[in-house]
Amino acid sequence: MPYLPAEIPLPQPTVDDAPFWEACKRQELVIQRCKNCGTFRHMPMPVCYNCQSFDFEWAKVSGEGTVYSYANVTYPTHPALKDRVPFNIVVVELPDAGNVRMTSNVVDTPFEELYIGMPVEVVFEEVTEQITLPRFKRAQT
Amino acid sequence: MSVWPMRDQTAIVGIGETEYTKWGQTRRSEFQLACEAILKAIEDAGLNVKDIDGLCSYAGDRNEPSLLATALGIPQLRFSNMLWGGGGGGGSGAVHNACMAVFSGSANHVVAFRALAQGQFGRFGQSRTGQKVSGGQAYGAPFGLMTPAQRFALQTRRHMHLYGTTSRQLGAVAVACRKHAQHNPRAIMYGRPMTLEDHQNSRMIVDPFRLYDCCLESDGAAAAVITSAERAKNCKQRPVYIMGVSQGTGFQQGSFADKSKFDTANFEEVAKDLYERAGVTPRDIDVAQIYENFTGMVIMSIENHGFCKKGEGGPFVEGGRIEWPDGELPINTSGGNLSEAYTHGFELVTEAVRQMRGTSTCQVKDAEICLVASGPGVTPVSDMILRR
Ligand SMILES: [Zn+2]
Repeated sequence: MPYLPAEIPLPQPTVDDAPFWEACKRQELVIQRCKNCGTFRHMPMPVCYNCQSFDFEWAKVSGEGTVYSYANVTYPTHPALKDRVPFNIVVVELPDAGNVRMTSNVVDTPFEELYIGMPVEVVFEEVTEQITLPRFKRAQT
Repeated sequence: MSVWPMRDQTAIVGIGETEYTKWGQTRRSEFQLACEAILKAIEDAGLNVKDIDGLCSYAGDRNEPSLLATALGIPQLRFSNMLWGGGGGGGSGAVHNACMAVFSGSANHVVAFRALAQGQFGRFGQSRTGQKVSGGQAYGAPFGLMTPAQRFALQTRRHMHLYGTTSRQLGAVAVACRKHAQHNPRAIMYGRPMTLEDHQNSRMIVDPFRLYDCCLESDGAAAAVITSAERAKNCKQRPVYIMGVSQGTGFQQGSFADKSKFDTANFEEVAKDLYERAGVTPRDIDVAQIYENFTGMVIMSIENHGFCKKGEGGPFVEGGRIEWPDGELPINTSGGNLSEAYTHGFELVTEAVRQMRGTSTCQVKDAEICLVASGPGVTPVSDMILRR
């Protein structure tokens, strides 16, 4: 069972970000990297904020990160979450992708044990046939 | 350095607001609420609907100026304007846009307003997206990030981690606003006092935010009439002059999570412009209306506006410093978004005008200059400095 139910809003891939979600289905985490200056960016954008080049690649990254911030949701904000609280939301920083950050969840750790700076690694959860989401678990030391 | 050309050249000459009620309790449509607030502001100014030739709002207000002009009988609309994005961050910005319209001679009397009926159109405390999300939402909602409370909980956690900000300090903001609402019969929380212990005992919504860290969800509307300083002399009310006003956003603050700064209300650049334009410093501010979406963001907004150093906002709000009548910087003297009503912060604009007229229910003695900071943490944000 995925960390959060499949009935909450799920991504509708667009022309700007479909390769990100396709990679998730292959259990790969890819982050956009500018081919002109090497700057990573996330969420996906068609142009580099550093040099304004439209030339980029989807770089496969390790999926190792650290918790940048975290919160514990106790009030359900969607009907499908009524019986699924509490759950955590985290922001993870990815050191090998230029420290871009992404919003996700840590699936295996009680809220009380989360902390800023905690090492985590990506796990992929197949939520539907179309959508696999990148979530995180405590890093194996 | 040359003086900002618009300093003191425009004024707010009328304010209006509807009855404020908890979401879902009004029988009136949001559109009617908009009409009522606008008409009250025009009446307060001693003007006629026929004098009004501009309407502007923010936060994607559903009540389009062309339809409002039709309903109200405005004979000629010269200026209609929407400030993109930012939710409550557009409150002072809508006034800013109105000021530019009258200062440039593009319109004579412009009403800035915000009408919001969460009963009719959905609560902000619930997911408001469809089942498929794209763009930025695709990187939040599937992970449960669906409401402003959750996003700003993540930012506030970071502030707590970096600077030692505590839940009791967040509570001090909520207590101050509630205290002020006890003097204000318009306030939804009038007659419902709250202690710091009440705050600490309120249920957790999204840790670190408890129920009383979160703004109200309301139905209501508020409006203000803006005109040139020259025309303002002939209006019924004593003009409240706009010394400075500013809007915008810092680097990548629109991309939550990537390179945005978490421990800021996104006012660093905007507030710098504001003080330069107004020609004053934080020490000159007698009273402030600091938008509260969530208590933690008020602390960061106070830091960004230079009332204390970065990271010292938590201790700053303690000990009654932000409370009327004895605090050195009374904030949100009507009760604000936390305790008066949530009109996306436009009720903070009308309260600022009352402070400068000397008619607030928590009137700061001899107050001459008031700050309004609209919408911490969002993009864009906006702020303004008013004087009597
Ligand atoms: Zn580049």
